[in-house]
Amino acid sequence: MGIKVNLEKCIGCSICVRSCGTNAIQIIDKKAIIDLSKCTMCGSCVEACKKYQAISIEKDTSSTIDITQYKNIAVFIEQREGVINGVSYEMLGEGRKLADQLGEKLYAILPGHNMQKTAEELVKYGADKVFYIDGETLSNFQDDTYCKIITDFINKEKPAVFLAGATAIGRSFIPKVAARVYAGLVADCTKLDIDTDKRLLLGTRPAFGGNLMATIVCPHHRPQMATVRHKVMKAAVRDDKRAGEVIETKIPNVVSFERTKIVDIVKDIETTVNIAEADIIVSGGRGIGNAENFKIIRELAEVLGGAVGASRAAVDNGWIPYSHQVGQTGKTVCPKLYVACGISGSVQHMAGMQSSDFIIAINKDPNADVFQIANLGIVGDLNEVIPALTKAFKENR
Amino acid sequence: MNIVVCIKQVPGTTQVKINPETGTLIRDGVEAVVNPFDEYAIEEALRIRERVGGTVKVVTMGPPQADSILRGAIAMGADEGFLISDRAFAGSDTWATSYALSNGIKTLGKVDLVICGKQAIDGDTAQVGPGISEMLDIPYVAWVRKVEEVSETSIKVERLMEEGYDVVEMPLPGLITVVKEINTPRMASLKGKMKAKTAKINLIDAKSMPVDPAKLGLKGSPTQVLRSFVPERKSGGEKISGDVSVLVNKIHSTIQDLGVIK
Repeated sequence: MGIKVNLEKCIGCSICVRSCGTNAIQIIDKKAIIDLSKCTMCGSCVEACKKYQAISIEKDTSSTIDITQYKNIAVFIEQREGVINGVSYEMLGEGRKLADQLGEKLYAILPGHNMQKTAEELVKYGADKVFYIDGETLSNFQDDTYCKIITDFINKEKPAVFLAGATAIGRSFIPKVAARVYAGLVADCTKLDIDTDKRLLLGTRPAFGGNLMATIVCPHHRPQMATVRHKVMKAAVRDDKRAGEVIETKIPNVVSFERTKIVDIVKDIETTVNIAEADIIVSGGRGIGNAENFKIIRELAEVLGGAVGASRAAVDNGWIPYSHQVGQTGKTVCPKLYVACGISGSVQHMAGMQSSDFIIAINKDPNADVFQIANLGIVGDLNEVIPALTKAFKENR
Repeated sequence: MNIVVCIKQVPGTTQVKINPETGTLIRDGVEAVVNPFDEYAIEEALRIRERVGGTVKVVTMGPPQADSILRGAIAMGADEGFLISDRAFAGSDTWATSYALSNGIKTLGKVDLVICGKQAIDGDTAQVGPGISEMLDIPYVAWVRKVEEVSETSIKVERLMEEGYDVVEMPLPGLITVVKEINTPRMASLKGKMKAKTAKINLIDAKSMPVDPAKLGLKGSPTQVLRSFVPERKSGGEKISGDVSVLVNKIHSTIQDLGVIK
């Protein structure tokens, strides 16, 4: 185990030196020398040396668990107030695909209360087996309770793959589950695949604010867990003919695993459309000028049936609540259409919206960075263009 | 109250450049900074100390040079810095990092509240905070945007959700991860900077922790990076200017052609 430089292959080009985040590599006598006290084995240099393949990281491949006991794909079904989150249907669609590739079954696990009907519906959306856990304490999300339910499920059913949406809920408690069962968890995947020879899940995810993609595997631990970004997988289509089984377990009210207590649930989003799930987002930035003027963004969003987004500048100025902020310090979104109005396009903002299917940017500065990634760039005064556009859509959709 | 803040050294990401020849990240000359989300965690710890008294200890896991961010936190007002550093930790994924950090925290004596930033801007996983809470077996609340009430025995916070927020009460000891909205981090004072310069940084290595060596570093990490690559950049499409009516017509027809309106 460890990092090695093959001195015969190394030509001393120093590309690895520049790739190193911890300044652990020096070129001495035209060979790369790695200072092991500084190296974190992040693998950047291995990647940088792709051409010469002089650097390698070897890993001890011994495994302590019997991975052959683990089979089938399981997906976590997320509900709020009894309504299934859209991303869960996407997990069912993707999970079905992976299960078919492996020739295994698709499990769905739904914690909730009084949702028997919904649980049965999940069969029509592709689940072979639905594990419905019913209890009053499960109606709202709580970390300890959900963590216990899912951990018990994993220990009993032993799925090979476990998927959940990369939502506020999924990204809150799934890492606890992974920590508890000693499983590898790949966060916020935008692509999943199966290596059918090795029967491994390949999770591809963005890092560095979307500047780098990494494909990650978990060869020796089970289940192979992943949270998956919304709107990137195809949602399952309902099929009346599908058959499957629903297994219901009741959790008595007196049983509580919870250490925290929810005192209140407050909704402060202005529109009914959640920006994380929206197909269309109209976003406003510094160029909107003031709080009052933000109404032109809201009006255009409304006529398009979309959600309202904002840049950090607009939120910091107090024009709109933080729940609407798109970008590295806000939400990452990937709608079918993103309309950026008066947004110059900082690296942080673009990290949050560059995976949108189609981007329209409206800005009076022809040199704004946002135009570099916009499919359609409009150089013009948003105070004239946006109201006229809203009017045009009102008259003729 | 004994507060522990976990922080991470990251490359200043806005300066990350791609080498066009090799397609890899150039980190040459990129200044290493404290993860921006962790600054909110440090600030919130200082504010809680101001409200109820106590101490703020900052902890980081990383190579020896990561002590600079501990000094930065001390300059802001933290009491003590701890560097969890050992060759044995190299190559840690989020599981092994949570394992090392939680065991490092166990050596600090009584801890009432652990605060982490919501995620680090290099890995973007948001998995180490919850991982630490699990391994310390303490309750946890993610995405905290406001600390409403805090006492020696409990904390009441607002957890940011997609459509608003939940108000959650948690007994202490516990762990929270904080979002940017929670505060505006203070600048280090001159006095603080002077103190930080000479402050002793405490080293915690693998030997001084109650750990199973098989669970450390690369060997203890369930995940492996199979490959990494630079995503295809979106290149700008058509850019037009002109009369408002021309611009409006162009946008209108483009959106209609996309067929996204229900």
